[in-house]
Amino acid sequence: MKTYEVQNVKDTRSGFGAGLHELGKMNDKVVALCADLIGSLKMDAFQKDFPESFFQVGIAEANMIGVAAGLTIGGKIPFTGTFANFSTGRVYDQIRQSVAYSNKNVKICASHAGLTLGEDGATHQILEDIGLMKMLPNMVVINPCDYNQTKAATIAIANYVGPVYLRFGRPAVANFTDANAPFEIGKALLLSEGTDVSIFATGHLVWKAIEAGHILAEKGISAEIINIHTIKPLDEKAVMDSVRKTRCVVTAEEHQMNGGLGDSICQLLARNLPTPVEMVAVNDSFGESGTPDELMKKYHLDTPDVVDAVLKVLKRK
Amino acid sequence: MADINKLKDLSTQTRRDILRMVHGCKSGHPGGSLGCADFLTALYFEVMHHNPKFEMNGVGEDVFFLSNGHISPLFYSTLARSGYFPIDELKSFRKLNTRLQGHPTTAEHLPGVRIASGSLGQGISVAVGTALAKRINKDDHLVYALMGDGEIEEGQNWEAFMFAAHHKVDNLIVTIDSNGQQIDGSTKDVAGIGNADIEAKLKAFGWETLQMNGHDFQDIIDTMAKAKSMTGKGKPIFIIMKTEMGFPIDFMVGSHKWHGVSPNDAELEKALAQLPSTIGDY
Repeated sequence: MKTYEVQNVKDTRSGFGAGLHELGKMNDKVVALCADLIGSLKMDAFQKDFPESFFQVGIAEANMIGVAAGLTIGGKIPFTGTFANFSTGRVYDQIRQSVAYSNKNVKICASHAGLTLGEDGATHQILEDIGLMKMLPNMVVINPCDYNQTKAATIAIANYVGPVYLRFGRPAVANFTDANAPFEIGKALLLSEGTDVSIFATGHLVWKAIEAGHILAEKGISAEIINIHTIKPLDEKAVMDSVRKTRCVVTAEEHQMNGGLGDSICQLLARNLPTPVEMVAVNDSFGESGTPDELMKKYHLDTPDVVDAVLKVLKRK
Repeated sequence: MADINKLKDLSTQTRRDILRMVHGCKSGHPGGSLGCADFLTALYFEVMHHNPKFEMNGVGEDVFFLSNGHISPLFYSTLARSGYFPIDELKSFRKLNTRLQGHPTTAEHLPGVRIASGSLGQGISVAVGTALAKRINKDDHLVYALMGDGEIEEGQNWEAFMFAAHHKVDNLIVTIDSNGQQIDGSTKDVAGIGNADIEAKLKAFGWETLQMNGHDFQDIIDTMAKAKSMTGKGKPIFIIMKTEMGFPIDFMVGSHKWHGVSPNDAELEKALAQLPSTIGDY
């Protein structure tokens, strides 16, 4: 099991803020819009240094999506920022018609995704956003795992022409990926080679999968750990190559089972290589108030849950 | 000096196109299309500086957005007769594999269409965004948009109105088709909003407002000229355009019943008899 050094503990939203600020320096087509959450989205630096390219929209997310779509007509590359809940479900039809169907070059950047938003509770903890976004034709869906990767992904999506949903979060988590690694949309990252089970994880669950991998190694189980930062388009080759070797799968994500990463992988495997799968995900329930750690434990999205899922799926092999 | 007779001939022909298009596919929205035909004809043939050699970003030209996408027959006819695509293509309206989808879309790459519309209430936000892009690009051309007066019930419009005034989007001229009708009846009956209410509300939101008669070419041209003269002064501009749904067909005019119903063979014949061909059918 490969070991990764934790460089520091940082929130992925700060990776977005840093990436956006870099973009401001290198690409004058980039503009940013925010719906009254500049501090939460870490968009302060971009606003301060590029005021002509920044628009405070107020608490009016539907208008923000439409204005962003309009800005692309004129060659701008708009990045919208608000919580994941207000970036997706609240404005689904605006995204569907004005962005996805119209195939506009809008980058929908969504913070505070999932349970780890914490104490605000279920009204703000969206667990359906990956599903909502991946169902839309033309939409790319990205959920990076740490600060460095979120920063790299933010920079990378400016160079991709088309709608993108970029999902990140609030809590400080292990920052372990290479700060200089380029981000390639749609390219899964093999974090540790293994032979007994494939663990496909996304977002905050990637680090938990690595922790689980070490626990499993102590038990003599060789887990292959793959970071699926891009849920759509799914790196089907990477998934198939791994599963042909291990013949059993655990998926891990801070999202509903319905519509999430696990769902995408199950579709792929059912069509091509029926394989036992266990899913670490929220099973058809809303979240609730609590600290991020408490919630990840209660909803079974923690390291021991990944370990248990592996032990379970191995018996089904 | 505008050639009013030429504009009348064009809008008459466009109205024939609209009726024949919706009859040809037995669906679509003739009422609002007929009502706005004079406005869109004036806009494309007299008011706007635009390039039928279509370029999506619209840099260095005026740009138009149709928010009430259901009046697509009018939009398509106007674009075709302005030279954006072959007039003969109008016969494919709403048929399988057409670029002329029921509601306008960019997905089929039809020249002249810059955004999908049809799900109501989204076009003004888009127009505001493009107006901001023009401002950033130091492009002094204008953004025009048309919306329906039923559509104004959608909340997103009011978000866009608030934003445009706050951000001083003063290179934007929005026109509302105030025909007072929507699918379920009059706008007064359905949502308690009429012509005068709209003007007062937009003024309160910080917009400049104008009124015009959407069936009087001289008034349209004069009002649009006045609106243009008011741009660049810190406020977006809103024009309340009085029209009659279904104008000027005697059995359609003023009734919401013709919002989304196509005429049958006999009704088409009767309607076309009231609009003799001017520059030739497609």
